[in-house]
Amino acid sequence: MKFLVCISKAPDTTSKIEFTDNNTKFNEAGVQYIVNPYDEWYALVRALELKESLGGDVTTITVGGAADDATIRKALAIGADNAVRVNADPKDAYFTAFQIAEYAKDKGFDMILCGKETINYNGSQVGGMIAELLNLPYVSLATKLEMNGSTATIDREMKGGVEVVEVNGPFVLSAAKGMAEQRIPNMRGIMAARTKPLEVVEPAACDDLTSFESYALPEAKGDCKYIDPDNMAELVSLLHNEAKVI
Amino acid sequence: MSVLVYIDTLSGSVSKAAMEAVYYGSKIGSTTVLTNGGIAADQLAVLGECGASKVLVNRAVTVDDASQVSKLVVAAVEATGADTVVMPLDLTGRAVAPRVSARLKAGLATGAVALPAGDGTIKVNVFSGKAFGNVSVKTAKKVITLTPNSLQIEKGGAAAAVEDFNAEVGGASITVKEVRKQEGDILLPEAELVVSAGRGLKGPENWGIVEDLAKALGAATACSRPVADIGWRPHHEHVGQTGVAIRPNLYIAAGISGAIQHLAGVNGSKVIVVINTDPEAPFFKAADYGVVGDAFEVLPKLTAEIEKFKAQN
Repeated sequence: MKFLVCISKAPDTTSKIEFTDNNTKFNEAGVQYIVNPYDEWYALVRALELKESLGGDVTTITVGGAADDATIRKALAIGADNAVRVNADPKDAYFTAFQIAEYAKDKGFDMILCGKETINYNGSQVGGMIAELLNLPYVSLATKLEMNGSTATIDREMKGGVEVVEVNGPFVLSAAKGMAEQRIPNMRGIMAARTKPLEVVEPAACDDLTSFESYALPEAKGDCKYIDPDNMAELVSLLHNEAKVI
Repeated sequence: MSVLVYIDTLSGSVSKAAMEAVYYGSKIGSTTVLTNGGIAADQLAVLGECGASKVLVNRAVTVDDASQVSKLVVAAVEATGADTVVMPLDLTGRAVAPRVSARLKAGLATGAVALPAGDGTIKVNVFSGKAFGNVSVKTAKKVITLTPNSLQIEKGGAAAAVEDFNAEVGGASITVKEVRKQEGDILLPEAELVVSAGRGLKGPENWGIVEDLAKALGAATACSRPVADIGWRPHHEHVGQTGVAIRPNLYIAAGISGAIQHLAGVNGSKVIVVINTDPEAPFFKAADYGVVGDAFEVLPKLTAEIEKFKAQN
């Protein structure tokens, strides 16, 4: 089977979030970039597991500049066979989805996997947009994926529970926690990643539909008000009279 | 402005997140609601109270196939001439909104937390709740998904006109084989009150004191990541960066130290109460109210006081 896994870079989960240029740009100083955890731990690793049991190959695709190559090599070190980078700074989710759909449309992928969202933009947009642009079924928030021939059985989160669905390939899915366990690249994988192909393709013409004009940090919290553990009546009173939440 | 709000229904009733989306739409412009599935008759009145002027009901399309639902929404946009589509950022909205956006080539702002500003920008959550972004949608048609618990609904609209609505949406590409309902009545992403606990509870057999407090408050229960990973609690209760992101009015956390990844999923909460034996736990820095004490002693006392308060009010 041919798998395409969409990966994006994201700031390490412990990064300090700050903005520069009058709050219009994310401050990248000192920020360590990683493969977006949902893309890596769940989408990529599950694709690798399926490849290992069913055969085939796993390609990753990223829309980004040359600075993203380091994170792409990490995905190759974990086990992806080859990687594609669309050479453009992604302007918005539609631009990213459009470039991926353009690349994928005539390559015969059986499955396109994304993480459920990136941890920096939390948009949850790219997977659904690729599915629409390629006119494919879309299974969002998948937590389990098994293949039986060309039919996939997928557990997905639904309101108030879990839904088990069947879908025939090709299809697009977004992966949530539960799909696979995180893999740590070993030395052999890291060495092998250096020689694996990283194809760079130029972007297709596409308008961006949205833009981030500025950013803001939440208002700083006031000091924590401490309550004696033996005086829960006071806490209840504060929650009712001061915070007005009960 | 003409707004189309798409909502689905769970067991026939309109969720709080859906009501908020309708109210949000009514604050932007004249709002038509599109709903499918078996919406109960009395719930149609609720939509009017939240500000809908018209309700379109489709009984043919199920909510499971994002491809079909997005075609239905686009057909309703065309039928009503809507320039803005609003959906709650629930599990359906996450699947359907991007498809609608791509189909209409209309910019999508995901996870709005406030009404559009005077310059038209839309404030959304970014960096897993650690910051906000102001999104400008450049296209004439716009799609917005709304983060649950982002605004207070003031009910008061009149009854909405109800019409059947049908459209050609093609065959389903997904077959539903089984649905497993989750336990409990309150859905975590929409809960206004949440009681959560972590490894400090020492074992799943001790969760009774968490559930007792949740029951007394009418709250949903949640947990930290390690607790879900060890299997003490189901994964759907895990709140934090890689679990469910929530923004309830009140979040009570017992025995959770407050790792940055946990905070990322809960720091949108209006009021945070932290109960921990360790006065140095980082969570106290994000808390409004702190109790340095043993959860095994504090939680039962708090439950008793809540019960006393409820009996008096």
